[in-house]
Amino acid sequence: MSSAKAWARVGLPPIVFGFLFLAAWETFVKAANIRAYVLASPTAILGEANDRFHNILVATEHSGLNALVGLAVGTVLAVLAAALCARVQVLGQAFAPLVAALAAVPIVCLAPILNNMYSLTSTLPRREVVAISAFVPVFINTLRGLQHLAPVHEELMASYAATGTDVLRTIRIPGALPHFFTGLRIAASLAVIASVVSEYFGGLKDGLGSRITDNVKATDYPAAWASVLGAVVLGLAFFVAALLIERLVLGRQAAGIT
Amino acid sequence: MSAPAVTAVTSAVEITGVTKTFTTRSGPVHALTEIDLSVAKGEFVSLIGPSGCGKSTLLRLIADLLQPTDGTVMVNGKTARQARLDQDYGFAFQQAGLLDWRTVRANVELPLQLHGVGRSARRARAEELLALVGLEDFSGHRPAQLSGGMQQRVAIARALAESPTLLLMDEPFGALDEMTRERMQGELVRIAGETGAAVVFVTHSIPEAVFLSHRVVVMSPRPGRITEVVEVPIGARTEDTREDPAFFAAVTAVREALRGRPAGDVAERLRDVRGAL
Repeated sequence: MSSAKAWARVGLPPIVFGFLFLAAWETFVKAANIRAYVLASPTAILGEANDRFHNILVATEHSGLNALVGLAVGTVLAVLAAALCARVQVLGQAFAPLVAALAAVPIVCLAPILNNMYSLTSTLPRREVVAISAFVPVFINTLRGLQHLAPVHEELMASYAATGTDVLRTIRIPGALPHFFTGLRIAASLAVIASVVSEYFGGLKDGLGSRITDNVKATDYPAAWASVLGAVVLGLAFFVAALLIERLVLGRQAAGIT
Repeated sequence: MSAPAVTAVTSAVEITGVTKTFTTRSGPVHALTEIDLSVAKGEFVSLIGPSGCGKSTLLRLIADLLQPTDGTVMVNGKTARQARLDQDYGFAFQQAGLLDWRTVRANVELPLQLHGVGRSARRARAEELLALVGLEDFSGHRPAQLSGGMQQRVAIARALAESPTLLLMDEPFGALDEMTRERMQGELVRIAGETGAAVVFVTHSIPEAVFLSHRVVVMSPRPGRITEVVEVPIGARTEDTREDPAFFAAVTAVREALRGRPAGDVAERLRDVRGAL
């Protein structure tokens, strides 16, 4: 009962505000007689989304799979690289600043180049763009977590005559988990962006990105918006999934299971 | 090599001619010079002095967290390093230093887990220790759910996990309020008595040092050295001890020593006080 109330208190304001925003948008477009190529109305977009539901769903599945595979590969590589850099100090000193610099680079820029590296039917270029995008935040955050060791814990473990492996297992890894999940949350959102936007630059045309560009070329703006809606839903789904995994794992950790 | 072991059998800690110099960018810093100190088994000794007198450094030398530049540190008749490897001591730091993601019980179990004690044995031991520090109802809680005083008690339970014969404490009550602090002192006296462990206790507080200790080691800085050792001739500690004239006499003696005046004998000082009344 009280949790339902809490939900209402947290969930209601954004929902109400969202509806008001859409209503204002709709009224503005209708009243000012705005052309669809300038700004489509929410009802027109939803109508298109309904008509093309199956097509958009298929495109969303393709983009989603690209994002998921790229995210998984990027995350695994990032964790391995961070572990290696934390263990071998020289590597960390050499590698970490480079990755930090990479964070400032718009990685989607690579898409056209990667697209031309492979055949037109390959799903690889987009997934590679996603993997590189996801790698950066996961690596940076995980490494920071692994490298952090409070002086009191360092002395405590020394007083136990603990080995480096003991410190890694009992302090560094559990202490790095919240950092890792912060990185994963950022990477999940980036993965969807990279997956959709990398399609703007050619390559295989089966995802949301190419649908958006095709619709725009055909001056079918409500349809383009409808595909954008698919990307929005996909982005939210990835973010929420990352959040749920974080809650689950850290909740278990907090309960003393790990 | 076997010679020191003969004398050390009776001592928990035997420090001989210890000097510690840190090399810094602005030149060498003489943290400790010519330290000689012996702590008997079961004895409670406090190290007191102003900041920079090297009391924490001395504690870390005993713990083998730092190594002396010169001189020897023996613990239970072994080198400090061997004593650390054998887990002869438990260390309680100024910060509780608990692991946030572990339950209170799992925190107490940490040293046992690292040293390969089985799951059920370490669980039983942790429950026993939590009862000793009065936290048996909080074993499933997480550190963040406890007050500062409770966290410090968990840290003390953790330090006691492997039944050390020596307890090293670095201002463990420094961050606590006065009321909590006095209660913790009472509990520490009880725990030290029950476990029979020798304690070396670093503090800034004169009453705390006097209340807890058999002997108070007064130190002074630049270079860090022992200036006086004040014997505290008080029997079993109770809350009434804090009102005892002998307690005040010892507090005055330590304060005088900290000011660089000779402390004299506390018993003599006490006779003077009683005579004046």
